[in-house]
Formats: sequence, C-alpha cells, structure tokens
Amino acid sequence: MSQLSTQTVAKPTGRGKRMFNRVLILVILAAIYIWAFAGVETFEIKETAGQISKAILNGIIQPDWDFVPGAEGLIYGLIDTLAISILGTFISAVLTIPFGFWAATRRDKSGFFVTGIGRFVLSFIRVFPEVVLAIIFIKAVGPGSFAGVLALGLHSIGMLGKLFAEEVEAIDHGPKEALIATGANRLQVLVYSVLPQVLPGFISYTLYRFELNVRGASILGIIGAGGIGAPLIFALQSRNWPRVGVILLGIILLVSLIDLISGYFRKKIV
Amino acid sequence: MSQSQTPKKTVPRPPSKLKHYLTAAIILILLVLSYQRTGSSIMDLFNNRDQMGSLIVDMFPPDWAYFKDIIEPMLETIRMAVIGTTFGAIISIPVILLCANNVNRIPWISYPARFVLNLIRTIPELLLAAIFVAIFGLGMIPGIFALTIFSVGIIAKLTYESVEGIDKGPLEAMTAVGANKFQWIAFSIIPQAAAYFVSYVLYTFEVNIRAAAILGLVGAGGIGLYYDSNLGFFNYPRVNTLIIATLVVVLIIDFVSNKLREKLL
Repeated sequence: MSQLSTQTVAKPTGRGKRMFNRVLILVILAAIYIWAFAGVETFEIKETAGQISKAILNGIIQPDWDFVPGAEGLIYGLIDTLAISILGTFISAVLTIPFGFWAATRRDKSGFFVTGIGRFVLSFIRVFPEVVLAIIFIKAVGPGSFAGVLALGLHSIGMLGKLFAEEVEAIDHGPKEALIATGANRLQVLVYSVLPQVLPGFISYTLYRFELNVRGASILGIIGAGGIGAPLIFALQSRNWPRVGVILLGIILLVSLIDLISGYFRKKIV
Repeated sequence: MSQSQTPKKTVPRPPSKLKHYLTAAIILILLVLSYQRTGSSIMDLFNNRDQMGSLIVDMFPPDWAYFKDIIEPMLETIRMAVIGTTFGAIISIPVILLCANNVNRIPWISYPARFVLNLIRTIPELLLAAIFVAIFGLGMIPGIFALTIFSVGIIAKLTYESVEGIDKGPLEAMTAVGANKFQWIAFSIIPQAAAYFVSYVLYTFEVNIRAAAILGLVGAGGIGLYYDSNLGFFNYPRVNTLIIATLVVVLIIDFVSNKLREKLL
C-alpha cells in the first residue's frame, strides 16, 4: 500500500521536473530569438530587388552560351576548379594519414594526452575557413590556382583527420595481435593489419571530401585563388546576368556530376 | 602414377590486380594534369617559405585592443546563423514531408522534390550570398537569405533520409485506426523523427556559424568583412585577433551543440 502511494507521488514530481525543463528550454530559446531578431537591421526591400531577381532568372533561362568555349571561358574555369579540388584533396588525404593515427583514442590510457592534443589541432585547423586560408596563401605564393590548392589541402585536414581517427578507433584488434604474436615489427603490423582495415574508410571519406572541395573550389575565385569563382564575381559585379546564369548552370552541372561519380565509387568501396 | 590420381590441388589464382594498377594510373594522370593545370610548384612554396614565416611572425602578438571593436560584428555573425538556421528549419519541414517516400507515396512528387533539393545543395553558400547581395544590397539580410537556403539543403536532406528509416509499425497503426493525413503525420512520424530533426538543426547551426563568418567577404554582413579589410591593409595582428575570436566562438558553440546532440540521440 505504502509502495503504491510512493509511486503515485513520485510520478507527478518526475513530470513536474520535465515540465520545468521544457519551460526552461522554451524561455532560453525565446530569449535567444528575441536577441537575434532585435539586432537585425530594418528590413526594406529595395525597389530594384524584384527587377534584379527577374533579370537573374532570365539570365538562367537564357544563358550566355558564347561564354562556354574559349580560353577564358566556362569550360576552362570549370576544369581549373576541378584541378584545384583534385590536387587539394590528394594533398590533404596524404597529410591527414598521420593525423588520423595521432588523434585516434588508444587502448592504453597513456595516450589520452596525445589524443587530446591531436584532436585540438584538428579542430583548430577546421575552424579556419578555406577562404581565409586562401587569402593568407595568396599573400605567400601570389594569386592563382596554387593558393587555392594549398588552402583546400590544409583546410580539409581538419575534417578528414577527425573522420580518419574515428575509422582507426573502430578497427578490429584481432589481426594486429595475431601479427604481434608472430613477431612482426611495428611497420609490418601497420601495413598488414591496420592499413587493410582502415583503407576503404579512408578512401570513402576522401571521396566525400572531394565532393565538398569541388564546391569549395568553385568559390575560391571570388578572392582570387583560381577557378570559376573569378569570372562569376566579375559577372555579378558588372551585372551581366546571362553570364551569371551560364556560370551557375556550369557549377551546378559539375558538382552534380562529381557527386554522382564519387557516390558511385563510395557505394562500391564500402 | 598415384600422384596423377589424386585430385589436383589447384591453388586459386589471386584476383587480377589490373584494376588496381589501372585505378592508380588514372589517379596519377589526373594528379599530374591537375598539377600542371593549376600551375602549382612545390619550389614556389619552398622559395616563399620566408614570406610565409614572416606573415605568421607578423601576426604576433595579436591586437588585443581590437577585441572590443569586433564584438558587435561577431554577435551579428551569430545572429545571422541563428536566424538563418531557424528559417531553414521551418522551410525544411514541408520539404522533408515531400521528399520522404514513406510519407509522400506519390513518386512524381517526391522525385522532383529531391531533385530540387539536390540542386540547392550544389550551390556553395558564398555564391548564394553573392547573388543575394546583388539582389538586396549589402548587409545582414542577404546573409540570412543565403544561410536559410543553405540550411534547407542540409537539414531536409539529412532528415528525410532519417524519416525513411523510421519504424513502419506506428505508421500502419495510425492508418489502421483511420487517422487522417495530419493525424497520421503528427502521431506516427513526428514523434519518431523529432529527435533527428533537432539534432540535424543543431548540426546545421554549427556549420552555419562557420559559413556566416566568411559571408562578409562578399558583403553579406558579419565578421567576414573585417577579415577582408584587415588583410587588405596588411594588419596581421588584427587578423590574428579575428582568428582567435572566431576560434573561441566556434569551439564554444560546437561544444554546447555537441553536448545537446548527445543528450538528444
């Protein structure tokens, strides 16, 4: 009887606590939103906004096809963009492998400190937007595609390193122990037990990062780091909407195509 | 003689390695072509290492006094991310319902909806911002619009895939008791999908903070404009301050958001 009564008493308090939590969350959310919206400048649509949107839409419907071929044309820019992302992804994949092992949790607790530093370095790299990195590299190697390659190569380490580390953490330790038992040295253990297990994951993540890098490379030109971004920003500034339209179409096509191809290979690998 | 009678032990031939060699060759060719195309040169990087080094040296010590000047644009960046993510989340809801093929069973609606979603996802956020700046002029508004559309791409895509993976039982049960479409969604889909949805919204918020930090480069508000101007004036100590401020904000928000997401899922 007493048990029953405690139960019936206990339940409402639990519910009350949950209600309290919900109200608290709502209050916090409301406060955040009031703060956020209060800071927005007054919203006024310029009279030209409708006109410009219409012009952009028109530009997309009637693209400037003359811009497609040519030495400084769309195809040229897109191939540049692709080249930047291929090279940038490759550099980052190679550089990331040591980071992946560095930031992976070891089974002995002694590595806790090392892992912590590795993770911090990775999140530190991740924080730098690729565009900001590109600006810095432009100062170092001059404007052009190479600065874009370096920016993508460095920026991608942040994300790839995290994913690689997770892959390393998930390996089966059986093969490793078997190899150690047969007297393999550390290099042999790495080559014959660890790498075969992590390689499919590494390749798959690298392909995924490649998809992201194609998007990234297509905007690098905005700040002068090569690729299709430069003609795009010029077209936007000179209000040449048909050209904006054709470049947009080109980017969408390139990115979709790369997504398709890369997605196909990723499915095959995993 | 006796040897020939025993069945031959045929060692299975190792699978052909031709495919691997070919893949490697193709990748190598692509790399070499890209290397030439981009005009990359390791020597360039090597020769310019002094410049790189001096650039990093110039960044120290950071200009601490500059912190109070960038608090306002930093807050503006966070505001843009909050508002953009929220609008994106709201717009995502109908998009998710249209795209998930266990909610919307009409293929000629769900497939075009997914196609449009994929198209949105191909456009980088900075490019969206550049277009909206052309339409609305400089300021936060184009940034918010760009982040909204960018968020829809992420939230809707991730959530509709989760919705397609939910347990079918409750859906069938609601159908069996004769629920109408709204009741069906409210009582069988939302309870199962809500946690995923909120988790993805938080994740998108993290992504948007990073994105919002650079939108200023094309004039769409936030801290990005300050990166551009300070780098233009070669004011590296200030650039360093900006980097540190961005780092702190991003790390704090990532940490809080990660903790919340762990609690949710």
